[in-house]
Amino acid sequence: MNLPQARRQGREAEALIVNAKSYALPSDIRVTLLDALRESCGLTGAKKGCDHGACGACTVLVEGRRVLSCLTLAAAVAGKPVVTVEGLANGDELHPLQAAFIERDGFQCGYCTPGQLCSAVGLIAEGAPRNAEEVRERMSGNLCRCGAYPNIVAAIMDVLEAEQP
Amino acid sequence: MNSFDYRRASTAEEAIGAVAANGTVLFAGGTTLLDLMKLNVLGPARLVDVNALPLAEIEIRDEGLRIGALARMSDVAVHPEVARNYPVIAEALLNSASPQIRNMASIGGNLMQRTRCNYYRDIAWPCNKRQPGSGCAAVDGENRQHAVLGVSESCIATHPSDLAVALVALDAVVRVSSAKGERVIPLCDFHLLPGRTPHLETALADEELIVAVDVPASPIAARSHYLKIRDRASYEFALVSVAAALLVESGTVHDCRLALGGVATKPWRVPAAEDALRGQPAAPKSYEAAAEIAVQGAQPGERNAFKVELVKRAIVRALTHLGGSS
Repeated sequence: MNLPQARRQGREAEALIVNAKSYALPSDIRVTLLDALRESCGLTGAKKGCDHGACGACTVLVEGRRVLSCLTLAAAVAGKPVVTVEGLANGDELHPLQAAFIERDGFQCGYCTPGQLCSAVGLIAEGAPRNAEEVRERMSGNLCRCGAYPNIVAAIMDVLEAEQP
Repeated sequence: MNSFDYRRASTAEEAIGAVAANGTVLFAGGTTLLDLMKLNVLGPARLVDVNALPLAEIEIRDEGLRIGALARMSDVAVHPEVARNYPVIAEALLNSASPQIRNMASIGGNLMQRTRCNYYRDIAWPCNKRQPGSGCAAVDGENRQHAVLGVSESCIATHPSDLAVALVALDAVVRVSSAKGERVIPLCDFHLLPGRTPHLETALADEELIVAVDVPASPIAARSHYLKIRDRASYEFALVSVAAALLVESGTVHDCRLALGGVATKPWRVPAAEDALRGQPAAPKSYEAAAEIAVQGAQPGERNAFKVELVKRAIVRALTHLGGSS
């Protein structure tokens, strides 16, 4: 294979901003945000499940919105704030969703969990109604092959109910 | 994946100038494009990122709804005016893909998305759409997902968009821009029948940029509904779908719109069924008669004949939902 030529006119100075830290943009233009996170930034929370936008394991937040990092070019989000599962906790204090996932046992093997958490953060920011059926539908982009869905929904419902008076 | 040049356009003129070059593709949400590039189905030499263009607005005008080509599916879906006056659009969008993909995918890109035919998506197989003249593996293959209407010997792939089915039912038009100026393409003419040239998919010229989709205002648009039937309850493409709109006065169908998805090679408006329904009692018998007309000329393959009956029942259910049975 020929060495790729990365020609991003005027983009050399741009960086990836992940969890409020700056990382150099990979030189190969083909690198997805998911591969950049895992291989360049050392942030292996986002998982490469299907790499085709079918499973949701790679879900992260870009400018506060949940997206699939496997279908995002790293270069296309240069300079935009990216949040991964590693950026959810506040120091040693877990994000309320992380705490709720533990409380409700919202996982088994844990592989899909980072994507589930980021997706749930996005869902709550979108203004999801306090309705388990709606939460199930709105979490349908995140597959869990262990089948932890009932507990995942329960965890998200706990946080929704705590946040909304 | 082959390597490519990547540049960002900051104006429509810049994007139009760049896309005229051979092998150049516009890049918005990227959800179809990057997927197909990974599969080596597509290998553009140059991507022009248009996300910075000011084309994401959703405007409510006297003439109707104007959706900017770069508006994201999720933003259109939850727009209160869209939900109120064009429910078929909001419902089609909320039943599309996943929340993550809806946050990424643009409206222009949605119209330009490629078929989900597994033979198109796998370069090991012949496919007239991917490689003109190589043959169609689906005609005698695993064609349970494929089209029964608008098919040809060369291609039986469905168009996968839910949104386009809703838009075609509401007489939407696509506004496109090029160095020559703007022009308008009715959505019913935007996607092409496969015929002997399934690789030619839309009426959009190489040097054109989609800038917006216009949906005319009309009372019937507010009385519309999208029904999608699929193999799982969410996050799946349609086996069959129905975009319907119905105005009933004193128990009689005053006006209606009907378009089908999942069963045809392009978003499939059925004007003959609409004509048959106008003036009839708003009752199941009328809906069943219209459904029968809607599937006339269907050419099912070995594994997708069930779609003919399924879409007829879906039509009746969608119309019943809108009009009741009396």
